[in-house]
Parts: sequence; C-alpha cells; structure tokens
Amino acid sequence: MAAVTSRSRAVVTLPAPTQILITREFAAPRHLVYRAWTSPELIRQWWSANRGEVTVVEVDLRVGGKWRFVMVTFGGFEVGFHGEYLEVVANERLVNTEVYEGMPDGQAVNTITFEEEGGRTKFMCLVQHTSQEHRDAHIASGMESGLQDALDLLEQAAQSLA
Amino acid sequence: MARAATTTDAFNAVAEPRRREILDLLAEGERPVNELVSELGMGQPQVSKHLRVLRETGLVEVREEGRRRVYRLNGASLKPIHDWIKTYEGTWEERFEAMDEVLEALKRTEERDGGGNE
Repeated sequence: MAAVTSRSRAVVTLPAPTQILITREFAAPRHLVYRAWTSPELIRQWWSANRGEVTVVEVDLRVGGKWRFVMVTFGGFEVGFHGEYLEVVANERLVNTEVYEGMPDGQAVNTITFEEEGGRTKFMCLVQHTSQEHRDAHIASGMESGLQDALDLLEQAAQSLA
Repeated sequence: MARAATTTDAFNAVAEPRRREILDLLAEGERPVNELVSELGMGQPQVSKHLRVLRETGLVEVREEGRRRVYRLNGASLKPIHDWIKTYEGTWEERFEAMDEVLEALKRTEERDGGGNE
C-alpha cells in the first residue's frame, strides 16, 4: 500500500438502488465537525462548494424543527433544499428529511453520523431515497446545475461578442 | 439528463438487481451461461434475457468456446457510471475542503481559549 497522507477525500458509493453513501474523514474532533455542519454562520462558509453564493441558511436544530438552504450559482441558477430534523443527538448523529426544491416529490432521509478516533472524525451520510429514479435524479442534479452554469456563461460570452 | 432506451443505456442496464448480480459474478472472472444459471438460482430463459440486455449495452462480451458461450465483464463500458458518480463526489469534496478551513479556524479558536470543551 502507498503511504497514506493526512488528507482524506470524499468517497461516494451506491450501496443499494435507492441509496447514496458519502464518507469523509476530517482532521478535527467531532464536536467541531458537528458545529461546522449545523451552525448557520459556518454553513454559509462551506455549503456552496465554490459554485455560488449562499442566500438562505435556516436551521432549527431540534426534533420536528425545519431547515432550509438556498444558493444562487454563479450562473444565476437558484438551488434550494429543505427538510425536517427527525433525530438530533448532539455531536453524534442526525437524521433529517431532504427535499430538492427542483424536484419536490422526491423526499430523501439522510442519516448522518460523526465518529471520533484520535482527534479525527469519520463523517458518514447515508441518503435513503424512495425510488431509484429519485436517487439518480439527486446525483444528476449537481451536474445539471453545473451544466446550466456552463451554458449561461457561454450565452454571456456569445452576447458580449455580438 | 436525457436517457436512451434500456437496451442502449448502461445506467438502466445496471438498474435491475439481478443484472447487477450477474455483473458482480462476472467481475470475479468469465463464466459460461450454465454456471451463471446455477449460481443465480434463476431459470435459463431469465438469465439469457438479462445477458442479452447486458450484451446490447456493451457491459458484457461473449465468446464461443466449443458449444459453450462464455461471458465476461467489459469494464470500460462502466466508465459513464463511474464518471457520473465522480462528478457528484467532486461537488462534495469541494464542500468538505471548505469545511476543512472552517474546522482549522475553530481549532485555532479553541486552542487560544484553552478549549477542549464540548
């Protein structure tokens, strides 16, 4: 095996036709990872994935509480997600529903766990969809907004040449 | 994303659980039809039907060995699926790298404040 660097990358697998599993290790204790994951002012700093500006972050972190995140991509495409918290175990585990507002009938349930070992945290998010069609659309949604951005930029470039 | 019909689309071809079982078996090495039939516990007509879809989408290839037809996995044909997941993974990785920076700042704050408090 090659030497393992301290850097860990996100790994996405599809354990079942209706599931997505996202895993990542962080070089920080889990109470900090949990804080970064759940605090609105911190979510604003990471959630856009460098693809746009985060415009809404609402987090009512309690069982039955609602959440909503919205961003406007650099291409002007608005992407919103919302849901409800079903389980909240501080620093350890969150279960919440998630609806992509571009496809409101496809509700997923996310089970997120934070495991700490030696000051590092293993983060796991299992996304459970109700159908494979919704699961696949979820994975494709990131690509679609990226494609939309590219088309918008192309259009702007074409207009500036006209 | 627009999708082609089942017979030409790798995504739909792997959507069927039994077809994924066939691909899993073939990932271990090539196999003749009768071995697939016995390992899957399915009827020969069903196995043949799935193999036809997998062959038409290019996910598996077949060769004649005497009177037997031996199937093997065509790994390259799975690349569109691999690329599709990698794009999604890349979005998350960008998010997590931004989170790494947030976490470094939180760690510095805790150290400064003599933290370690939950």
